[in-house]
Amino acid sequence: MLSRTADHLFWMSRQIERAEGLARILDAHYRHALLPHTADVVARDWRATLGSLGVLDAYLARHGSLSPATAFRFLAFDRDHGGSIVSCLWQARENARAVRGTITSEMWETLNATWLEIRGVEPDTGDGAIGDFLEWVRYRAHLSRGVTLGTMLRDEAFRFTRIGTFLEGADATARMLLARSRPGYAPVDDPAGPDAYVWTLLLRSLSAFEVYRKVYRDAVTPWRVTELLVLRDDLPRSLHRCTNEIYTNLCAVANDQSAETERRAGELQSTFRFGRLEHLLAPGLAEFLDAFLGRIGDLGQRIAQDFLVPATPY
Amino acid sequence: MPPHAYDEMLLPDGSHRAHYRGYGAWLQSQLPDRLARRRAEADSLFHRVGITFAVYGEDEGTERLIPFDVVPRILPADEWQFLEAGLRQRVRALNAFLADVYHEQSILHAGIVPAELILCNAQYRPEMQGIDVPGGIYAHIAGIDVVRGGDGQFHVLEDNLRVPSGVSYMLENRKMMMRLFPELFARHSVAPVEHYPDVLLENLRSVAPVGVADPTVALLTPGAHNSAYFEHAFLAQQMGIELVEGQDLFVRDDAVYMRTTRGPRRLDVIYRRIDDDFLDPLAFQPDSMLGVPGLLSVYRAGRVTIANAIGTGIADDKSIYPYVPDMIGFYLGETPLLANVPTYVLRRPEDLAYTLAHLDELVVKEVHGAGGYGMLIGPAATRAELDAFRQRIIANPAGYIAQPTLALSTCPTFVEAGLAPRHIDLRPYVLSGREITIVPGGLTRVALRDGSLVVNSSQGGGTKDTWVLER
Repeated sequence: MLSRTADHLFWMSRQIERAEGLARILDAHYRHALLPHTADVVARDWRATLGSLGVLDAYLARHGSLSPATAFRFLAFDRDHGGSIVSCLWQARENARAVRGTITSEMWETLNATWLEIRGVEPDTGDGAIGDFLEWVRYRAHLSRGVTLGTMLRDEAFRFTRIGTFLEGADATARMLLARSRPGYAPVDDPAGPDAYVWTLLLRSLSAFEVYRKVYRDAVTPWRVTELLVLRDDLPRSLHRCTNEIYTNLCAVANDQSAETERRAGELQSTFRFGRLEHLLAPGLAEFLDAFLGRIGDLGQRIAQDFLVPATPY
Repeated sequence: MPPHAYDEMLLPDGSHRAHYRGYGAWLQSQLPDRLARRRAEADSLFHRVGITFAVYGEDEGTERLIPFDVVPRILPADEWQFLEAGLRQRVRALNAFLADVYHEQSILHAGIVPAELILCNAQYRPEMQGIDVPGGIYAHIAGIDVVRGGDGQFHVLEDNLRVPSGVSYMLENRKMMMRLFPELFARHSVAPVEHYPDVLLENLRSVAPVGVADPTVALLTPGAHNSAYFEHAFLAQQMGIELVEGQDLFVRDDAVYMRTTRGPRRLDVIYRRIDDDFLDPLAFQPDSMLGVPGLLSVYRAGRVTIANAIGTGIADDKSIYPYVPDMIGFYLGETPLLANVPTYVLRRPEDLAYTLAHLDELVVKEVHGAGGYGMLIGPAATRAELDAFRQRIIANPAGYIAQPTLALSTCPTFVEAGLAPRHIDLRPYVLSGREITIVPGGLTRVALRDGSLVVNSSQGGGTKDTWVLER
């Protein structure tokens, strides 16, 4: 397939996944914000959320001080901020438009309809409105993935779409964990700790609470939540699962210059397949996640070089 | 409005023409707001499917719909047979003319077409002189604009031989009508058009360079910001071929390749939807970012087919149009089945004198204009507009042709006030390869403003589904 087409497909699925990730991150944030908090804690939470997304400086440069309503609009509705939900859905739609001949009509219509709907939405931070909006974003992402799985030929185009989805999925899960960890923090295997409730909320935001109950049949502890989200290979959004998918799909599209990228993806997947949580977290949870995000970023760049925008004509 | 426009649906006494009787009875049985609801449904479907054209210079998301009218334009079987024969004849002659112009130029030597009209024309491409193209076909895809006059006769208004567009609307309009009014298709035997992409692909494959057994075809688009991008993507998808931009292609060792995720892939046929000028920055406009450097040399070597061929603009130029009936006689030895609209060629002194004396009755067109721009409609023009145009004509008579204001036929159309007659034309698509194929019907364009004769979508025109009845 055309390199440019692969590039559009890769970014189309990444942007949908990113919009969903943002919705989940905001959902986790608001669930947490429902707990009784002082104004200091509210501001600290927004710092943590914006910081985990790497956009705290961009936000402060634009708006100066932290206000919950402004921060929400920045992350959800700001068209001038390329990382907002509305911008992601617009970019997903534009990428789909550029390859609408390659994707199925149903896929295109789904992404186009998503954009047409959000285009008419007025930012509303009133009672219930934020929750409804975030849920809408999640369901549109479910729909986009569903129509992809349900209609697309299992060819190269599909592989690149999947690689985009799981790179971004791994990224979102890591950032959500990151928002709940401070430097040097080590999750404990104790349900009585002061943070236990926060970890339950995190599970709910990742649609993983029922899964946790099913797997552990026991109280929620930070250690087990981390284990579930990092090491389980059967949880759709876990780091292990996402890296498995990245590696498998990458192998399926391998070309004669992609060997090193494959090796790195395989190496990353192996750390979860054969690694032990206590070893992975030895430097601290936040430190582990930062390193992981770096490796995911590196894979994204290498995939671009090898497949999407060949630097020199063959 | 000129008098005596032919109504496609109704006879002068107000009863339905035979081929509209079934539809007319159905229409009268419809509750008034059902059509309005259906029309609104069509609009929202077109938006969702994204059958829109981008408006240049406006904000993102300002993608407009071309208005779709729910009342079909119906052609009876015998009229279509006649039209089809006339179109085949005309396109055969046009292709013969192109082959002649770029080889022996016998029609110039015979004095039938003035040599300076060709050789001094910007649409003539000397680069094509002496180049053999597969099957001698230049205009693989032709869109011939046909209108019906007050006498009920068809006339060819214009030949479009460069990158004619609009066929996606023919296909989408049919799909929409079948979705909105399935019962109508049970009652009428409407000739299908859905196979157009298959026919087009077969046509393109049939003109691949000699010796290529399983040709690879791609559609070359200027990109997602082009106003016809929807159509490019749609046709590529329907044919199952790659939709490429100039940046996706490169030339090496006398061949054209696509950049793919698995390395270079050789391309044999390019269905291009960009103009000659932008195809190859080394040969034509040097600042074009849309084309492929070196493409022309590969083409001249016969190692890739470009459809339509480079240089077809010389045959659809308005200054050449008056000579098409003569071409039919010269190349085919036949009498033209479809007449031209009578045309005054203003480089002829007597035609110029007549035109200047009757400017307020005539339509005057720039010979190189397109899309309804650069045109004067005498009866609708103000005194000041007439005077201004008169000066332009006098300054450069050879730059214009003039035609009587045609009473384009009308078809009942759904407008704000209800059903009302609106002027229409018809663009059938003629495909030439190993053989000539015409999918029955084409695109019917309708001038939505009361009395307007301009059907171009850039000037407020809409479209209708076109039905050719099989019996």
